[in-house]
Amino acid sequence: MAHVVIPPIRRLLTRWGIHPDSHKFPAAGLDIADAGLPPLLVLPLSQQAGAPARPVVKVGDHVLRGQLVAEAVGHVSAHVHASTSGTVLAIGDAPMPHPSGLPGQGITLRPDGLDRWAPRDVEPYPINLAPEEIARRVAAAGVVGMGGAAFPAAVKLALGQRSGIHTVILNGSECEPYLSCDDRLMQECAGDIIEGARLLLRATGAQHLLVGIEDNKPDAIDAMKLAAHPYPEVSVVRIPSRYPMGAERQLIHTLLGVEPPAGGRAADVGVVVHNVGTAAAVWRALRHGEALTERVITVAGGAVAAPRNMRVRVGTPMSWLVERAGGLTREPARLVVGGPMMGVAVPDLDVPVGKGASGVLALTAAEVGEREPSACIRCGSCVVACPVGLMPLEMANRINAGELGQAEDIGLRDCLTCGACGYVCPSRIPLVQYFAHARGELMARERERKRLDEVRELTEARAARHEREAREKAEMHARRKAERAAAQAAEAAAKASATQEESA
Amino acid sequence: MEQMITAVMSLAAIGSGLGVVLGVAARKFAVEGDSRVEEIVAMLPAANCGQCGFPGCEGAAQAIVEGEASPTCCPPGGKVVALAIAGHLGITLGDDDMEEAPKIAVIEDAICIGCTKCYRLCPSDAIVGAMKQLHGVFAEACTGCNQCADKCPTGAITMQALPATAGTWVMPKPVMAA
Repeated sequence: MAHVVIPPIRRLLTRWGIHPDSHKFPAAGLDIADAGLPPLLVLPLSQQAGAPARPVVKVGDHVLRGQLVAEAVGHVSAHVHASTSGTVLAIGDAPMPHPSGLPGQGITLRPDGLDRWAPRDVEPYPINLAPEEIARRVAAAGVVGMGGAAFPAAVKLALGQRSGIHTVILNGSECEPYLSCDDRLMQECAGDIIEGARLLLRATGAQHLLVGIEDNKPDAIDAMKLAAHPYPEVSVVRIPSRYPMGAERQLIHTLLGVEPPAGGRAADVGVVVHNVGTAAAVWRALRHGEALTERVITVAGGAVAAPRNMRVRVGTPMSWLVERAGGLTREPARLVVGGPMMGVAVPDLDVPVGKGASGVLALTAAEVGEREPSACIRCGSCVVACPVGLMPLEMANRINAGELGQAEDIGLRDCLTCGACGYVCPSRIPLVQYFAHARGELMARERERKRLDEVRELTEARAARHEREAREKAEMHARRKAERAAAQAAEAAAKASATQEESA
Repeated sequence: MEQMITAVMSLAAIGSGLGVVLGVAARKFAVEGDSRVEEIVAMLPAANCGQCGFPGCEGAAQAIVEGEASPTCCPPGGKVVALAIAGHLGITLGDDDMEEAPKIAVIEDAICIGCTKCYRLCPSDAIVGAMKQLHGVFAEACTGCNQCADKCPTGAITMQALPATAGTWVMPKPVMAA
């Protein structure tokens, strides 16, 4: 293992970010428990930004664990596999973890309790596979980024093969409060993570592997250093704890001192970032042939009796997880899937957890700390906290005035919606909500504009068609008329010649 | 005396010279009508539905350019077209005069008699169907111009807003503190 340390000057010059109370214990101190099989599973078909997956099973089918039940559609999409053996009960709208509370497409599965696997492709030495083959198998196993956005891992690998990646960064920062699933995973499955990361390294053709772990997880750092010891290309790096260290750009800047250009990707500076959970899932997929059917989730929050990290099947309802964690001790003020800063607030416990869900939180009113917003006092705290150097107060002002274009001009697109600005705001202005609203609104306008353009094309095509039909009709009329006239003329000529002959 | 003549002559020469230049320029760069009208027509949905109360999209464009109509006068275009036109002409729109999400035609299955009247009328080919067959609307291609609903003999067509789905939902704007 190579020894890499972040230069102290970079630490000193870093000003962005916040230091929220970590709330990671007691869950972080307990080993990962098995959440077991719930009576019903709902596999979400839309787990990331792209198009929803297309179901390939019918209602009533019996499926095995790891069997493909819905295939990817389009570029930013991943396969969905049955997370246990059982019967498909329904395909259609089901409650989903979405901020709107609106339902989404899902496959409802009733487990048969046997948990039988579909045939698995065991590969003793996956490191010998060709890079393309690794990417193909990662895609076939439906592995996605386990950090939250659930971006398909294979798409990132393909991107790496195209753009000359020199470094793979493994994100073990886990900067969100409450969450400790990556921490526990690094402590308990460090070997899987390092082996998986080496496969990612081979698949992208990079030479270095950096594992960034925040210094509030010393046990995870030790475990990972031990697992990385035999490999000279791997370095485990201690990074300072601050939120949002786990954001791609912030992590790259902290580790390497370079920054991807605005609007660009990490690949533009020759880097690709994967979550530690993704690396472990890649190892399971290639070494054991297991599709992504389970993940580690932190069940925590002040309203949960016994917070714990659990190995959870994809599609398990939140209510089952909360029950396994001892149930609720009091009425929660807010239910969240994901982390408290960037997670999705959900209306009730009926929603299932997807591949990207890192936490299930039941927060009390005291933890949420919601207050009526008051007027902006222009203290500039949000400007200091912003990890991308934007001016959140100015952006919110412009969005409030309906000037979305101006907000875009001063960096709305670069906003990570990390929520650091809203966290430090003494007036408790819901700044991130403004940005989420503005982005949604801009996207909706863009969609509508595209649709109207297409409709205009249709309209013009129809007008052109009508014109052509009218012209053809007129031409046909003219032709018929001419033919008739010619026929009459011929007849008249024949008659004339006949009378001439007669008279002659 | 000589100086005065020089001054008058030179000024007269400059004046007539510039006059000729301006005269030629006026001929050469003459503007036929208002070019903005054409630009606005290119932004409108081209359905010529008449819901704005002007003769076709060109009439509406003329009225908008002359300031007789608001950019929000086009219901099929909705917010997107209104904002584009307002941006192009440098008009500021209030939040309130914005029409909500555009509506689209929905055919009530039980009442449709398959007369094809709507299908033949639709300016964007958004309705499919055949004689004595149930008609359907392509939601994607419908501008909600209302012409089919006016023509339907059984009143089977109504204009309805599309239901919000998780894919089209937008987070509401928070209420600003006073």
